[in-house]
Amino acid sequence: MGKKVLMSGNHALGEAAVRAGCRCYFGYPITPQNELTEYMAKRLNEIGGIFLQAESELAAINMVIGASMAGARVMTSSSSPGISLKQEGISYLCGMELPAVIVNMTRGGPGLGNIAPAQSDYFQATRGGGHGDYRTIVLAPSSVQEIVNLTILAFDLADRYRIPTLILGDGMLGQMMEPVEFPDFTPLSDLPPKDWALRGAEGRPSRVIKSLLLDPPTEEEHNWKLARKHDIIASHEVRYETFWLEDAKMAVVSFGTAARIAKGAVKRVREQGLKVGLFRPITLWPFPAKELRELSKRIGYFLVFELNAGQMVEDVKLALEGRGEVSFYGRPGGVVVTPMEMSRVIASRYYQKRLS
Amino acid sequence: MKRGYIVIDQSLCKGCGLCVEVCPHQLIDFSDKLNIRGYFPAEFKGGEGNPEGCTGCTLCGIVCPEVAIEVYRG
Amino acid sequence: MDFKRVFGRPRSLKRAAFHYCPGCGHSIIHRLIAEVIDEMGMQGRTIGVPPAGCAVLAYNYLDVDMGEAPHGRGAAVATGLKRILPDRLIFTYQGDGDIAAIGTAETVHAANRGEKITTIFVNNGVYGMTGGQMAPTTILGQETTTTPGGRSDSRDGFPLKLSEMVALSPGVAYVVRTAVTGPKRIMETKRAIRRAFEIQMEGLGFTLVEVLSPCPTNLKLRPPEAWRWVEEKVTQFFPLGVIKDVKRGISPC
Repeated sequence: MGKKVLMSGNHALGEAAVRAGCRCYFGYPITPQNELTEYMAKRLNEIGGIFLQAESELAAINMVIGASMAGARVMTSSSSPGISLKQEGISYLCGMELPAVIVNMTRGGPGLGNIAPAQSDYFQATRGGGHGDYRTIVLAPSSVQEIVNLTILAFDLADRYRIPTLILGDGMLGQMMEPVEFPDFTPLSDLPPKDWALRGAEGRPSRVIKSLLLDPPTEEEHNWKLARKHDIIASHEVRYETFWLEDAKMAVVSFGTAARIAKGAVKRVREQGLKVGLFRPITLWPFPAKELRELSKRIGYFLVFELNAGQMVEDVKLALEGRGEVSFYGRPGGVVVTPMEMSRVIASRYYQKRLS
Repeated sequence: MKRGYIVIDQSLCKGCGLCVEVCPHQLIDFSDKLNIRGYFPAEFKGGEGNPEGCTGCTLCGIVCPEVAIEVYRG
Repeated sequence: MDFKRVFGRPRSLKRAAFHYCPGCGHSIIHRLIAEVIDEMGMQGRTIGVPPAGCAVLAYNYLDVDMGEAPHGRGAAVATGLKRILPDRLIFTYQGDGDIAAIGTAETVHAANRGEKITTIFVNNGVYGMTGGQMAPTTILGQETTTTPGGRSDSRDGFPLKLSEMVALSPGVAYVVRTAVTGPKRIMETKRAIRRAFEIQMEGLGFTLVEVLSPCPTNLKLRPPEAWRWVEEKVTQFFPLGVIKDVKRGISPC
């Protein structure tokens, strides 16, 4: 603790996972997260963990299912198209209430897209690209230090609630290098025990971990059980950050890299006297809807800025329940706006709306 | 000469006929009374506990998919 | 005269009525697995992975820890389990669609990596649970709901010999094809399962037991006739015998 090192997002995430007690990783190469896969190969080999390059992202998520059943802290990572392949497995993890950490370094899409940074997987992450009624916790870091903090949090939340936790990053976060500080290693003996895991039925009745519930009333009750769990998570685990909102007439709402850019942009317009602030959701699920609704009691104008064609903006509108006006600025396809360009957009909307 | 007998749990039997087929002494046949599942179950011709002709070879037990047959040998 | 029980339900088989059709091979194979687990004393140290398919409910019968896998992914889930728990006996139980259609990649790669797991491959030449559609192992000429007139190689391709394919990898230690269509065959299957489990625990590599099994319902044959179909027709495409055994120096290549 206390020593700052310069590290890229992908590498820092890997180191944070290991420090959080993750000794098991299954992955498959895909740009722009290959450095994370390679880091896990090297690091887990050094400390005697389990690294396996699977034959596909699909195989990797299923290996995660197996390792999670055995009670391990396990992680997999990929980028957009590979995360699409994992959707079946994620649905199963949720149905079986198995913990796991899944990292998505989003790239341009849809389809093969490109390898530039984007935020076009918000729907995939928060609406559950797989089948069935389920939710996963979604954490959106916006700096390399926050990647470290949220990775460690991800393992804790996944275990605490027996739910997969997604870390939604993007190609820029994965590649950029910033100074980071790591906490000490979590001793493996300090990890919470998992009395539900499959380890062989020695000395106890055998148990089954499954998601097949053929009897509809039983399946219904299981779904409500999951929903009650989601409610508990929503009431305890919402995280967000705000800047300059105390006297703001307009709030920019952004997550991840877009929030980083927006912060620089809002700072610029503030210097010109515009009363603008920034609301940055950190948990995309559970979404800070209540907090946004509160904000709308005194702020009437929201500008949602994302690196996509319009995804989180829907959650903002849902949260506000019709209060305030919501406008959107998005750049999909891997285009990354600069803070300077963004500040012009903010200013232009501000003046158009006569907010001064 | 080994002597044996079998006990068939007729409530488990689905009348598949495999034990009837394999018994080397033809000591198993279909009952003419339906069981609780709606099948004509297998029936040990020697009667329960009666070791007449049965050698306890266990072929019937081995092939029974329902594990409905217990084999005794003396 | 003192009579002793010489055959009955093994301890690792739960006291439950099977949901399988009359004459189906699944429950025989379940019983054999339970017998072997009992004889090896491994009930407390075994974890099984059931398939999607008729045997999806295998956990209602086998009294060991079991973890459900998505359809076809058993070999990958078993890989995760075995890597975390290398000293447990890990097996998958999969049908022909699970292992050789949707699960081909996961199976071939787990085998190629030499994962120390055992796969019990139940080959009944059809998709039973979903109503009798073609399987990768449906034989030429066999009528199914999706091969009207019988499987034709030009329209439907050839039966897939997954066991032979998998045996080519150096990571694979034991591959055998048996059947449960007769008492002698059933005992051969039991010996094969036992050998596969032993080779797994010796850490020699991936083991695969392919068991030809009758599906009387979808063959539309009475169980004894279904046995004869397998013995006479299916074995022409899927010959019985040891395909690979590294301990005995048997290898296809």
